[in-house]
Amino acid sequence: MSIGHTLLALLESGPRHGYDLKRAFDEKFGHDRPLHYGQVYSTMSRLLKNGLVEVDGIEAGGGPDRKRYAITEAGITDVATWLTQPEKPEPYLQSTLYTKVVIALLTGRSAAALLDTQRAEHLRLMRVLTDRKRRGDLADQLICDHALFHLEADLRWLELTSTRLDRLAAEVRP
Amino acid sequence: MIPEGSLLIAEDLHKTYAHTPALAGACFSIHPGEVVAVLGPSGSGKSTLLHCLAGIVQPDAGRVRYAGRDLTALSDAERSALRRTDFGFVFQFGQLVPELSCTENVALPLRLAGIRRKAAEQVAMEWLERLEVADSGSKRPGEISGGQGQRVAVARALVTSPRVVFADEPTGALDSYSGERVMELLTEAARSSNAAVVLVTHETRVAAYSDREIVVRDGRTRDPDHSL
Amino acid sequence: MTLSDTRKAASPTPQDSYVRIRSWLRDLAYGLRFAAFGGREGWIRNALTAAGVGLGVALLLIASSVPHIMDNRDRRAEARAPSQQQYYGPDGERPGEPSDTSVLWADASTEYRTDIVNGLILRADGARPKLPPGVDRMPGAGEMFASPALAELLASDEGRLLAQRMDYRMIGAIGDTGLLDPGEYFFYAGSSTLTLGDGVWRTASWGGPAAESLPYDPVLIVVITLACVVLLVPVAVFIATAARFGGDRRDRRLAALRLVGADAWTTRRIAAGEALFGSALGLTVGLAVFALARLFAGSVRVWELSAFPADVVPLPRLAAALLLAVPVTSVAVSLFALRSVVVEPLGVVRNTALRRRRFWWRPLVPLAGLLLLLNGNTFNSRDPSAEVSPFPIAAGAILTLLGITAMLPWVVEALVGRLRGGPLSWQLATRRLQLSSGAATRAVSGIMVAVAGAIALQMLFAGMHDSFNRTLFENRVWDQLNVSSEYPSKALADRMTEELGRSRGAKDVIATIRTVVSHPNRESTAGLTVGDCTALRKLAEITSCADGDTFVVHAHEDRRQNDWIDTTARKGGVVLLGDEERAAPWTLPVRSPTVLGNKNAEGWENTGVYATFGAIDVRDLASGMTLALVPLNAGVPDAPEHIRNAAAGIDPALRIWSVRMTERDARYESLQTGLLAAASATLGLIAASMLVSQIEQLRERRRLLSALVAFGTPRTVLAWSVLWQTAVPVVLGTVVAVAGGLALGAAMLALIGKEVTRWWIFLPVAGVGAGVILLVTLVSLPPLWRMMRPEGLRTE
Repeated sequence: MSIGHTLLALLESGPRHGYDLKRAFDEKFGHDRPLHYGQVYSTMSRLLKNGLVEVDGIEAGGGPDRKRYAITEAGITDVATWLTQPEKPEPYLQSTLYTKVVIALLTGRSAAALLDTQRAEHLRLMRVLTDRKRRGDLADQLICDHALFHLEADLRWLELTSTRLDRLAAEVRP
Repeated sequence: MIPEGSLLIAEDLHKTYAHTPALAGACFSIHPGEVVAVLGPSGSGKSTLLHCLAGIVQPDAGRVRYAGRDLTALSDAERSALRRTDFGFVFQFGQLVPELSCTENVALPLRLAGIRRKAAEQVAMEWLERLEVADSGSKRPGEISGGQGQRVAVARALVTSPRVVFADEPTGALDSYSGERVMELLTEAARSSNAAVVLVTHETRVAAYSDREIVVRDGRTRDPDHSL
Repeated sequence: MTLSDTRKAASPTPQDSYVRIRSWLRDLAYGLRFAAFGGREGWIRNALTAAGVGLGVALLLIASSVPHIMDNRDRRAEARAPSQQQYYGPDGERPGEPSDTSVLWADASTEYRTDIVNGLILRADGARPKLPPGVDRMPGAGEMFASPALAELLASDEGRLLAQRMDYRMIGAIGDTGLLDPGEYFFYAGSSTLTLGDGVWRTASWGGPAAESLPYDPVLIVVITLACVVLLVPVAVFIATAARFGGDRRDRRLAALRLVGADAWTTRRIAAGEALFGSALGLTVGLAVFALARLFAGSVRVWELSAFPADVVPLPRLAAALLLAVPVTSVAVSLFALRSVVVEPLGVVRNTALRRRRFWWRPLVPLAGLLLLLNGNTFNSRDPSAEVSPFPIAAGAILTLLGITAMLPWVVEALVGRLRGGPLSWQLATRRLQLSSGAATRAVSGIMVAVAGAIALQMLFAGMHDSFNRTLFENRVWDQLNVSSEYPSKALADRMTEELGRSRGAKDVIATIRTVVSHPNRESTAGLTVGDCTALRKLAEITSCADGDTFVVHAHEDRRQNDWIDTTARKGGVVLLGDEERAAPWTLPVRSPTVLGNKNAEGWENTGVYATFGAIDVRDLASGMTLALVPLNAGVPDAPEHIRNAAAGIDPALRIWSVRMTERDARYESLQTGLLAAASATLGLIAASMLVSQIEQLRERRRLLSALVAFGTPRTVLAWSVLWQTAVPVVLGTVVAVAGGLALGAAMLALIGKEVTRWWIFLPVAGVGAGVILLVTLVSLPPLWRMMRPEGLRTE
């Protein structure tokens, strides 16, 4: 899961303080593993260095770091690229995919297209595995089947998600 | 953007059943020997698309072209004849005549094409052998398993050496192992005779036997290769 | 083990049986619900069952009313018969004493075209005559009471000729109490000139034994028994099959119940509930039809029989048995039919083949029936007076007919099982039948009994009719009317010659007086015919004749009879005029030439002594009849009616008789059409039930049909297969029924010693069968077209 892309995307709705960003992230994605402040600051300084965010202002008299960040044009492009780029189909992708779907919904991009792209990528891999299975020996078949079952489970999740996009959108965009 | 050399092409199909739109701008194309999966949630219009492509149902709007002929302009009898000679069909279930033996079922399309019974059943037996259900030849569909039944159905779809096989959820009623076996046999047999396969399914493992997939959602198609 | 468990294991307590009864009732109620709320098809099935059972019940109720109808007819016939019939004759039998209440009467019955018109001419002896039932006063001279039916006939155009004959003034209608049935033609006419003697009788009151009933003709017993069996067995079989109309679907429903865990007895109880619903519906319809038919009983007249609605009351015991038998039968039939479902629920659900039918016992049933018919009976056609027991005949006919029902499913299965090859549509149909021919066969077997019965009956009547016809055509009796009175009278003979000869209907009149002469030792007799020369010449080969001549007339071939005549009538010897106690002696003149007689219309010679009026005084004859033979003038329509009118002008009490060919023909025709109509109606009902199961089957195969159409099956192939599917069982059924019917018919004819004259009599019935095939196919086509639409492929 890419925390950097996630935090960047959260900035698309407007400039935020680091503290705000952590709270927003925890609320939407960090159900069981909240971010450390340190993670936020190190990520933000990396993004700052890469020119994807800029400092919008510093709040006076506050705590240790009261910087307010805003996303740059380059940052927006980076988010878009990330979203359209299918993830390499591999097991346990859900959290990344879920984050991407929510981000797409939050930023008004097409979550359905995202899912379709991902499905095509999954299917591409499944075809390769199916093909290998058809040519291979029993060991190959068993190994391929294992992978196929996991990919299939992911794809089921994708299907399910795509049928529930409307409800999800209503929930993440209050 | 229709690829060159397509065998079967559909453009902007619309079809409404009793005020319920089933297709609202669906496109499709397939090359000879290509296996295309049609994916989509249930009720999205997959089957209707297949029915329009096969000339079983006339679309309200849009065109279907097969080998340079406009299917939508043909009469019912002409389309029936075309389905007899150029197309093959596999459905989810309930397609075998329960009273006829499996061999007789497979021979059915040949006999419709006017081939004599003996010769037709000879060819049918060969196909049953290819699909590894030669043992079921003299049995009736009620006496064999679902997987065997679908293989008989595949044999029947291929027996006329069609150029396009339409398979509508061919594994829908089977467990995953039988389903995969049916898909393997179907795609192998189709490829070896250079037949195109239009495969409607909601199972991704089945879709993995295709060369390419298109997705139908709310009566519209999206070709992932061309979207975004 | 809990306390309740122990109790359950022990003997059943009242509570247990209460629980059991509750669950039984629940099962029955399920069945009723399935039957009552089966959707549109369910109701079509119910309607068919109700119609089938209802018609059967109504028929049987009517049949069970026949004894009551006949009893009441007999009672009324007795009530209107004169109680003392005393004849006044020259023998000195004492006439009834005239009194204030006694009545003179003469039988004035006549015929009009094909109908019999009964009636009496009455004359009161005194002021307070006893009245026959149905009239409130004595008709005066020239007055008449007539039954409503007769009054209507006389008033109509059709009765114009009869009205001329019955030249009386209508003064009222005879009440129901004086009539046998509402359609009877009956009258009482008044006279002021009627005098005792010459066919006139005196009675002191009304109500006595009716005319003596003759012992039944054995042939008639055979025919009636067979007719009853042939008409009623199909009704019973039909009720049984009607209980299973559209049963395929029900079988599958019950099999499904069985699969989800209903035990065999629960399934049976549910089936019983369904059957009860159908039969209850049928009983209701039957009672309604019967009540309705009762109202029309008076307006229908079959074979000169009709009935007052009030008389159409079933025998209580028969009716109760019937009302009980119908539900019991239909439940029993349903349970019997359920065997396969109970035993092999999967077979029904998955449409796999069931076990084959056993063959060996089936042909035994009709064979036993035929054997019983042909051999088991004491009836002997050469000795018609022998006693006949109807039971073996009935049993034989019943077995034969039921045997046909038992044979049919097997025949269909055996033949269909051997069918191979043929065009695709044929293959589809025969395979279907091979897998489950049950429903189709069942539907067909119901009719087949009716058809076989109808064919057998038609053959029987045709055989009887034709043998009768042949005798007649050889003899030419049918174009002659015989007019007679039961007393000898020269004046009457002269009037007959004169007045009948003037009638347009008569070609000729031969009026003579007929009686016998006997040897004084009274050991032999010969006929005596008295007439004028013209008449006598027509009866024998008399070359010269003058008044006062006498002749002895011999037969052509019959030596024994001629010897007998010569023994009695010795020329120059004395004979007695008549064979009574006080017959007058008369001498046969020596100069009486012996001549040969002419064969008359009936084919024999009128032999014996012929005398002209100058040779014998008719008043010396103790008894005899005056007889006019009247050949009809064939060119005149209604010739017999003109002659009857002329005869009535002479004396309304004259007897007129003929062999009633026309009537027989008409009856025979009506019988033919009636049987054909009944067979067609049953076939129609069967067609409906076949149609229902056909459409049910098509609906179940909607997916398959759509799939077949998807891969390009032409609709015509499917349409043809539907046609074959109906045609094969109906054709086979018709063949079996025709064979069975012909066999039964031939056996019946053999039984009464007649030949089979019309083997082809089954053709119309077979034609109706073909019509049924076409009808069922045609009506199945629109649903077939509908089912073949691609919508059937949609899974959603």
